[in-house]
Amino acid sequence: MAELSIVEAINDAFHVELERDPSVMVIGEDVGRAGGVFRATAGLRDRFGPDRCFDTPLAEAGILGSAVGLCMAGWRPVCEMQYDAFSYPCLDQLITHVGRYRWRTGGKMSFPLVVRMPYGGGVRAPELHDDSPETYYVHTPGVKVAVPSTPGDAKGLLAAAIRDPDPVVVLEPKLHYRTLKGDVPEGEHVVPLGRARLARDGTDVTLVAYGSMVPVCEAAADALDGVSVEVLDIRTLKPLDEEALLASAAKTGRVVIVQEAPRTCGFAAELAAILAEKAILQLRGPVIRVTGYDVPYPYWQIEDAYMPSVERVTAAVRRLLDF
Amino acid sequence: MAQVLPAERDLRRVIGDADGAGDREVDGLGEQELLELYRSMVLLRTYDERSVVYHRQGRIGTYAIFWNHEAMQAGAFHALEDEDWIFPSYRESAIGLLRGMPPATVLSWWRGYPAGWWNPEDYRVASICVPIATHVPHAAGLAWGKKLKGETACAVVFFGDGATSEGAFHEGANFAAVTGAPLVLFCNNNHWAISTPLEAQTRAETLADKAVGYGMPGLRVDGTDVLACYEATCEAVARARTGGGPTFIEAVSYRTAPHATADDPRAYIDLARVEEEKKRECVGRFEGYLRRAGILHDDLAASIRSEAADAVRAGIADAEAEPPADVELLFAHAYADPPVSFGSDLDELRRTLG
Repeated sequence: MAELSIVEAINDAFHVELERDPSVMVIGEDVGRAGGVFRATAGLRDRFGPDRCFDTPLAEAGILGSAVGLCMAGWRPVCEMQYDAFSYPCLDQLITHVGRYRWRTGGKMSFPLVVRMPYGGGVRAPELHDDSPETYYVHTPGVKVAVPSTPGDAKGLLAAAIRDPDPVVVLEPKLHYRTLKGDVPEGEHVVPLGRARLARDGTDVTLVAYGSMVPVCEAAADALDGVSVEVLDIRTLKPLDEEALLASAAKTGRVVIVQEAPRTCGFAAELAAILAEKAILQLRGPVIRVTGYDVPYPYWQIEDAYMPSVERVTAAVRRLLDF
Repeated sequence: MAQVLPAERDLRRVIGDADGAGDREVDGLGEQELLELYRSMVLLRTYDERSVVYHRQGRIGTYAIFWNHEAMQAGAFHALEDEDWIFPSYRESAIGLLRGMPPATVLSWWRGYPAGWWNPEDYRVASICVPIATHVPHAAGLAWGKKLKGETACAVVFFGDGATSEGAFHEGANFAAVTGAPLVLFCNNNHWAISTPLEAQTRAETLADKAVGYGMPGLRVDGTDVLACYEATCEAVARARTGGGPTFIEAVSYRTAPHATADDPRAYIDLARVEEEKKRECVGRFEGYLRRAGILHDDLAASIRSEAADAVRAGIADAEAEPPADVELLFAHAYADPPVSFGSDLDELRRTLG
C-alpha cells in the first residue's frame, strides 16, 4: 500500500497497465510532453515512447474517432479529454459510433477504448471547466461509465476500464485530484465495474452518491448527530449495482440521492425511478434528490451556492426523518 | 517540413473520347486486369440497377443509388491489396462485393436484417457509415494504428463533396496528416449533397485545394474514368506504403440518379445536364475503351453481364430466405459483457410477445 492522491493513483494505474499490456496506448491533448494538464499521464512518454503516449492535435472528435480506428487495428486506446465540458465535441463519435460499432459488427469486433476526463466544479475555474456530464454518457447505449471517489478506486476502476472489452467512460473528480489521499495497492489493482462500495454503514438513512459528492455525503453523515447514516458510493453508473442500492434502501427505508449535475434527467432521477419501481414498499418516505440546479454552471464567485453542500444534504435528511 | 505544393487543378484522364482520341495505357494493367476491372464495374452496376427495382417491388427499404459511381469505386478498389482496409459511406454500400462479400449480405443490410451487418475483419471493409464524414477519423486511426504496429496495410475512405464541409472530415484528414497515416482520402465529388449544389457547399475553387491546408498532396481525376481513378489511387497507395502519408483524391463526376430512392431530384437538379452526363456514364465509357483496344466483344460483354445478373438474382433469393430475426438480437451485441438488466428485459419482452 502507498498513500497517494487521486491523480497519483491514476498515474500509477497507467504505468502498471501500459507495462502489462503493450497494446494499451494513451492519446490526448498535452498527454505526452506535458504529462497532461493535471499530470495524470506524467512519465509515460519517457518510459513507453511517444507512440504509446501521443500528443494529438487539438480535436476531441478526432481523438475519439481515431481511437475507433485504433481499436480496429488492435490497439486499446485510452483517450484523455482535457476537461469535462471539452468532451462535448466527442459526443458525436461516442453516440454515433463508439456505442454502436460492436453491435454493428454483430458482436464480432470489440472496441476496448477508454475515455477519461477530470469532471466537476468547485475549482474556481473559467467557464466550461466545471461540468458534470455523466448523464450524456450513461444515456448512450453500448458504453459503460465509472466515477471513482477515492484514490484506490481511481486506480482500480481505470485499470478495469482499460481491461474491459467494451468502451468505458471514466469521470474523475478533479476537485479532489490532489487534496484527497488514501491507500492504494501497489502493482496490479483492479476494482470490478458494476460493484458499489459501502462507504459507511448505517441504519436510519442512506445517502447515495458517486465521485465528488461522496465526500460531501460523508461530511453530512458526520454532521448528523444521533442519526445512523449509510453512505453508498455507486462507483459504476453503468452497469449499475442495483442489488446494493436496493439492499441499502431496504435496510434504512430512507434514501437521499446527491448529484452535482443539474437535476432534470440526471442520474439521481434514474436511481429514484429504480427505487420507485422496486423498493416502494420498503421506503418510509419519499426519495429525495439533492442536486445542482438546472442552470449553466455558474460564475465561480457564487459556484458554492450551486454545489450540493453538507447543509443541503443534512436538511434533506432531516426533512426525510420528519416525514 | 515537407514541401507543400498547390493541388493539381486539371482532371487526370486515361480514357479518351468516343473516337478513342486520347486513350492511354496504364502501367500494370494487362488484358486480364482490364477485364477484371470491367467485371467489377458490371457487378456494381447490376447490383445498383437491380436494387432500385427491388426497392420499387418492396423487397428492400430506402436505398442510396450509386449509378455512375462505379468507376470511382472499382478503380480505387483495384489499386488496393487484399490486406488494405476500405471505409465506405452509404454510397459505397456494395463495395464489399468486390472482396467476395455475398450480394445477399448487402441486400440484407438494406432489408434491415441482422445478416446484413458483416464482420469488417472478414473483408477488411468497415461498416457502412450512415452519418456524413464521421468515418474519416476511423480510417485515419486504423491506418495510423497499422503503421504503429509495423504492418504494411493502408486504408481508403470514401466520402462525398458535402462531407468536406463536416468537422469530422477536417479532424480526420488532419489526424492522418499529422500521424503520417497510410490513408487515401477518396472524395466522390458528384456535385450534389441531396439538393445542395457544390457551389453552396464551398467557396474553394476545387476540393483538392483543401489538401494543401493539411500538408498532403491533392489531385483531381475524372470520376467517370475508371482507369484514371485506378492510376491515381495506385499512386496514393504507393506513397502511403512508403511512408509518404495520406493523399487527397478528388474524383469529379456528376450525380445522374436521385440521392436515394426516397428523393426526387426533379425539384432541384438540371435535367438537361443529367441527360448529357448519362451519355458519358462510366461503364459505357470503359466498355468503349476496351472495345477499341480489342479486348472486349459482344459475347464476352454479354457473358460478364449475365454472370453479374445471376449473382445478384441469387443474392436477393438468399436474402429473402433469411429467417425472421429473433428479438433476442435486440440485446445480443451491444456489449461484450451485457448488464444483468438485459436478461430481465428480454424475459419481459418474450412474455408480452406471448
